[in-house]
Amino acid sequence: MKLLFEQSKTGRGMDYLPEVKTGNARPTGSYARVSKPRLPEISEVDLSRHYTQLAKQTHGVNDGFYPLGSCTMKYNPRVDEAAASLRGFTDIHPLQPLKTVQGALEVLYKAEKLLCEITGMDAMTFEPAAGAHGEYTGLLLIRRYHQDRHDEKRVNIIVPDSAHGTNPASAAMAGFKVVNIPSDANGGVDLSALRNAVGEDTAGLMLTNPNTLGLFDPNILEITKIVHEAGGLCYYDGANLNAVMGRVRPGDMGFDCVHLNLHKTFATPHGGGGPGSGPVGCKDFLKKFLPKHHVEHCEEGYRFADPEKTLGQVRSFYGNFLVVVKALTYILTLGKEGIREASGKAVLNANYMMNKLKGSYHVAYDQICMHEFVLSLEDLKKETGVSAMDIAKGSLDYGIHPPTMYFPLIVHEALMFEPTETESRQVIDEAVRIYLELYKKAHEDPDYLHGAPHKCPIGRPDETKAAREPVLKYRFDE
Amino acid sequence: MGRYIPETQSEQESMLKDIGLSSIDDLYSMVPKEVLLKDLRLPAGKSEMEVLEEISGIAGKDLVYDQIYRGGGVYKHYIPAIVSYITSKEEFLTAYTPYQAEISQGVLQSIFEYQTQICELTGLDVSNASVYDGAVAAAEALFMTLERNKDEVLVSDTTDPETLEVMKTYCESRNVKLTLLKSKDHKTDIDEVMAHLNERTACLYVESPNRYGLIEDTEDFASLVHEHKAKMIQGCDPIALVLYKTPGEMDVDIAVGEGQQLGMPMGFGGPYLGFMACKKELMRKLPGRIVGQTEDHEGRRAYVLTLQAREQHIRREKASSNICSNEALCAMTASVYLAAMGPAGMEKLALSCYNNARYLEGRLKELGFVRKDEGEYFDEFLTSSPVDPDLLEEKLSKHKILSGLKVDDQILWCATEVNTKEKIDAFIDVLKEVLS
Amino acid sequence: MFKNPEELKYTKTHEWVKEEDGLWTVGLTDFAQDALGDIVFVNLPSVGDEVKAGEVFCDVESVKAVSDVYSPVSGVIEEVNDALTDDPALVNNDCYGAWFIKVKDVNGEDELLDAAAYEEFCKSEA
Repeated sequence: MKLLFEQSKTGRGMDYLPEVKTGNARPTGSYARVSKPRLPEISEVDLSRHYTQLAKQTHGVNDGFYPLGSCTMKYNPRVDEAAASLRGFTDIHPLQPLKTVQGALEVLYKAEKLLCEITGMDAMTFEPAAGAHGEYTGLLLIRRYHQDRHDEKRVNIIVPDSAHGTNPASAAMAGFKVVNIPSDANGGVDLSALRNAVGEDTAGLMLTNPNTLGLFDPNILEITKIVHEAGGLCYYDGANLNAVMGRVRPGDMGFDCVHLNLHKTFATPHGGGGPGSGPVGCKDFLKKFLPKHHVEHCEEGYRFADPEKTLGQVRSFYGNFLVVVKALTYILTLGKEGIREASGKAVLNANYMMNKLKGSYHVAYDQICMHEFVLSLEDLKKETGVSAMDIAKGSLDYGIHPPTMYFPLIVHEALMFEPTETESRQVIDEAVRIYLELYKKAHEDPDYLHGAPHKCPIGRPDETKAAREPVLKYRFDE
Repeated sequence: MGRYIPETQSEQESMLKDIGLSSIDDLYSMVPKEVLLKDLRLPAGKSEMEVLEEISGIAGKDLVYDQIYRGGGVYKHYIPAIVSYITSKEEFLTAYTPYQAEISQGVLQSIFEYQTQICELTGLDVSNASVYDGAVAAAEALFMTLERNKDEVLVSDTTDPETLEVMKTYCESRNVKLTLLKSKDHKTDIDEVMAHLNERTACLYVESPNRYGLIEDTEDFASLVHEHKAKMIQGCDPIALVLYKTPGEMDVDIAVGEGQQLGMPMGFGGPYLGFMACKKELMRKLPGRIVGQTEDHEGRRAYVLTLQAREQHIRREKASSNICSNEALCAMTASVYLAAMGPAGMEKLALSCYNNARYLEGRLKELGFVRKDEGEYFDEFLTSSPVDPDLLEEKLSKHKILSGLKVDDQILWCATEVNTKEKIDAFIDVLKEVLS
Repeated sequence: MFKNPEELKYTKTHEWVKEEDGLWTVGLTDFAQDALGDIVFVNLPSVGDEVKAGEVFCDVESVKAVSDVYSPVSGVIEEVNDALTDDPALVNNDCYGAWFIKVKDVNGEDELLDAAAYEEFCKSEA
């Protein structure tokens, strides 16, 4: 595939703008740019075809099964896109007078109310632009809470060893020290380790429930109680909310604040890595610390208000607003029954798939799972030399996006599957057939899998070369 | 009720039977009984037709202005039709982060092209694959410059207020001392910079054009800051970069900015695009994802996410940033936009903004809106106002015209390519009427 | 089998160290470089930095991992091997030539093993 720059021909290109009739002045002297930017010069037809070619080399949810664990790659309804394309949303300036953006504020207000009901929280901000950004914001709420009580010694955030990497990274960014605690034999939080870890220096606990092994922690009420009794707060990482929405709420489990990934649970598309949206909800006692621009309803309509002891802002304006429009559309469409049905079917699909695979593959924690499950290919690797990576790459040749590999870190040779609720039984049956075929292949012809994929536009790329000799932009001169 | 689940109820029941359970509720046996939700108080689901009607009704409550003379960090531009057609392709829209390079060459190549274009605009060596927005890009850039003995940052008070808010939050949480430098005549004051530079200074952040629209003397600041072994960060306007001396040409170490202007609608604040570029020696400090070129085992050119050991999923609490999801589709939007416009188109765009703004300035002056600042500006400028700016805003709103932004007791006006001569003339006629 | 030259001392965190005229040279062992795989970047400290025995003084990156490197001795860094920045593969290709730092004013040591003891230790780790 040629790069845009390699297709460039001097003088080509479209002319999208009218002639300038107001003058021909330009910056001069020491202000003026010296070099010309080497942007590609390309006709619209070539540009259009270029991206059609790139699209063919990109696998989205629409291209096939996408059981990428922890990422909730469900179908993205097109009506959500239609809603977010309405001019009343796209063509409004964030600094317009409030009277002229009552619709936009209504979107934020309604989405807040609905998501608070789903999470059991009392208030929510939409400022964070992604999950990790939400984590950071939620942790700042916890930080502000302790600061406000002059409880300055609370500097530790407890994170289980099965956590997403963003959890410890966000805690560090929010100025906390990270205390890692191990998981117990069933994959849940080790209660005695937690009891030993909490104390006067505990600011809070970050937890995903169901956790990254896809297991619901049955001790959850005890866990949040231990943390609260020690004076800490409980943070819910909403990455796995798709398993439980409409069935059990973080707020009822004892969590004080939560972030959601609208681009996972609420069906907004991932766009190849963003834009997402990571709203943060909290209980009433934390509301006064929320970021600025919280929407309120008053006599004259909707307005923005800065919470009394606001933590400030983590992003400009009000977050990824158009993503919130999509999520609101999704929730209104599904409604109370649909939300419950989605989580139930997500869990059913995961258990159905796990059940079909477990005769051959080793399930890391063999019990009823939530929306995802983890296989350990450690035995298979010992037997055949075929690794989790080899099986994952092998599945590429069948048009399946691989499951999440080598995560969570506490399972060796891990493959984490999340089929989501929008896949049918037929799609899962076919995927199971393929994974069983790959299992057989591992025993018969391991070399074939070491070399996989064989039918993709490229084979496995040399990542060592990429990192040792970084080429991070087109080299015009060579 | 709309639903996106393929199976019927009876099909689901047969799946349950397959795994030896009788109801969906059985799957939740691990959940403590006392917290199982009995009633989710949401409205009932609706058909697509009803929902779209409801949402359209809400959108209809917003006023879409015919003419906009307000910027303040977000700008109305013309977006060529091709841009959204390309970026709404389902492959791009519905893909995850391209960790699986073999089936993600399309997205990866587009980010590589985006990185190249950002380097070309800024004149710097390395770009990342984007961060959430321009304000976060600026805050992240401050952190790139911190060293063990350099933990203070200097920020000009000519910085965009939204950006400054985010910087303050980020610095406070990391215990980084942020010193705000007082400006003079709406420009960063070099004496003030000099007075605050010390051995603990990690960097100086200055925007150009700044929040008052003025072009700053970045080059002078850069050389001064470098004498003190600190880094220079410039906040940029991606369109102004086409005409003005680039950060690279001024020896700036890190350039950041808001990329909304490159093909994204105003969208009431987002999604937007934070772009970040830096000199090669700061490459490994750059947060977020970066795409690199390599080869597969057959020697075919390939693109991968690279330098990943900097990132949170590997470095965990020791990572310099927690960013995971970024704004990939917005980066692609910017890349398509820049490619569609081309160098000639971008120059025409920038010159349209530059000249339309000057024409607007002249016409406003006739009505007593007078510019007091003296410095060079790009497409945004302050004037006095012969009437109360709030009242003016309200009156013009009735004509579906969004006036300039009130800043202190002045008005910050903006003109882009969409504010053509004809439009400005029509606006001035309305303004005369409103004033009389 | 991994090579462990007789003339060097080793730590249980898989660094080697060699003293010559009061200057202590530190690097990563064969066992360590093999376990890490292809090293893509060495995040070196600066000359003049203080190091403490048993504490982290730098990290090395492979494609999908990052690992801390611990100082076998306490002292002040006199030299760093900048060649590793340009060519981190040196650590894989010649780990006993590819030193990381040279330390002066040494005033403390971590528990140091001789080659035979280190070899035994590696066996127990494997």
